[in-house]
Amino acid sequence: MESQIEVSITDAITRRDQGAAWVDVREPEEWAASRIADTTHLPLAIAVARIVDQWPERDTPLNISCASGMRSMRTVQELRQLGYTDAVNVGGGIKAWVAAGHPVESSAGLTPQQLERYSRHIAIPEVGIAGQQKLLSSRVLLLGAGGLGSPAALYLAAAGVGTIGLVDDDVVERSNLQRQLVHAESRIGMSKVESAAHALAEINPDVIVEPYQTRLNADNVFEVLDQGWDVIIDGTDNLPTRYLINDASVQRNIPVVHGSIYRFEGQVTVFQPFEGPCYRCLYPEPPPPELAPSCAEGGVLGVLPGIVGSMQATEAIKVILGIGDPLAGRLMMYDALAGTVDTLKLRRDTECPACGDGDRLTGLIDYEAFCALPAR
Amino acid sequence: MATFRIPPVLRTHTNEQVQVTASGSTLGSALEDLFTSFPALRERMIDEDGSLRRFVNVYVDDEDVRTQQGLDTKLDDRSSVIVLPAMAGGAA
Ligand SMILES: [Zn+2]
Repeated sequence: MESQIEVSITDAITRRDQGAAWVDVREPEEWAASRIADTTHLPLAIAVARIVDQWPERDTPLNISCASGMRSMRTVQELRQLGYTDAVNVGGGIKAWVAAGHPVESSAGLTPQQLERYSRHIAIPEVGIAGQQKLLSSRVLLLGAGGLGSPAALYLAAAGVGTIGLVDDDVVERSNLQRQLVHAESRIGMSKVESAAHALAEINPDVIVEPYQTRLNADNVFEVLDQGWDVIIDGTDNLPTRYLINDASVQRNIPVVHGSIYRFEGQVTVFQPFEGPCYRCLYPEPPPPELAPSCAEGGVLGVLPGIVGSMQATEAIKVILGIGDPLAGRLMMYDALAGTVDTLKLRRDTECPACGDGDRLTGLIDYEAFCALPAR
Repeated sequence: MATFRIPPVLRTHTNEQVQVTASGSTLGSALEDLFTSFPALRERMIDEDGSLRRFVNVYVDDEDVRTQQGLDTKLDDRSSVIVLPAMAGGAA
């Protein structure tokens, strides 16, 4: 038996209390401005398809609402045609709800400009207003404003990550511009952190950039790390710094999104201290110099850091929002020439010197010397 | 024949080949076969005691062999072996 096609606000509340799902089909800006608590937001254009996905049972009780009940009626009619016998329109929509004196939630804290800027994020259920607010109050530290740091910085700034720390001691050179898109011809000779800060300010005035024009070492790493970072993006290019960052971030329990690139190949993983492996779980010791030809002059396809750095930015956002499955305990390998992706399983080593269950390294060591040790 | 994927830093020792094949019922025996074709790989991968070097990770069908049977990990014709040493440097 079919329910009546439209119900009053009072009946809609009764239905909700008895377990009916409540779907609001208005546009993201309307939803951001004011909404009924605990309703699911599915904009009109995608509402029916998403409802069919999410509630395949055709007898699911559904309240459908919009601003005044016109648009939601169309959704209800389509759902009835698909056999949803208990989908009903909430008569009068949110206007009737407000007129009846019921409370609404709104996006306090986001300005109209922010609601517009981030509307495509807000439209994603996994992000929404709450997720966007989380991003705006988050802090991400980027190690290196080069190939990997460029796309990561650009996308994180555009995404509204509130504070971006940039660590780099280089200046912009012409040979950087083949891949380091945060810099520009007009800024050759400028420090990379200053050049990047300039680019990020152009993209998004919401973002605060904290520049650190320095090279991290055992003496200064904690000064930089102890600034309340939610996640670190490691785009450095040398082993001593990799081990330094690993040991320091494990000791401070900060997740690191690791990326590396060479020629046509890139790798990404997330080191989530004590939950997944760390860099030393994979490589407790560095390769001795005579067995590890340096790749520093090895060259790289300019697009590749764009892909890998963007993946790192994606992982950072997942970690901040707590959504999806971060690449912790997995290493994604991308081979651009072959057009293949392999995902290797990485395991935490309970005997790891940095994050294992036994005696752990406290403090830091001389990483340059550590990485220059001969073969054992 | 198992398929080995050679990382960029070791390709100078495989005539720049990315994929090479080797036969053997275990990782250790397949590596021996591989070293007959590409002898310079041995020193890069195996230490004086005959164990895998600590800075070289090997994955058989996406699983680290150290969590399996190490060099005794069984291989079959469809096995895919990925060699992944710690990279000195990179090209950020
Ligand atoms: Zn570890």
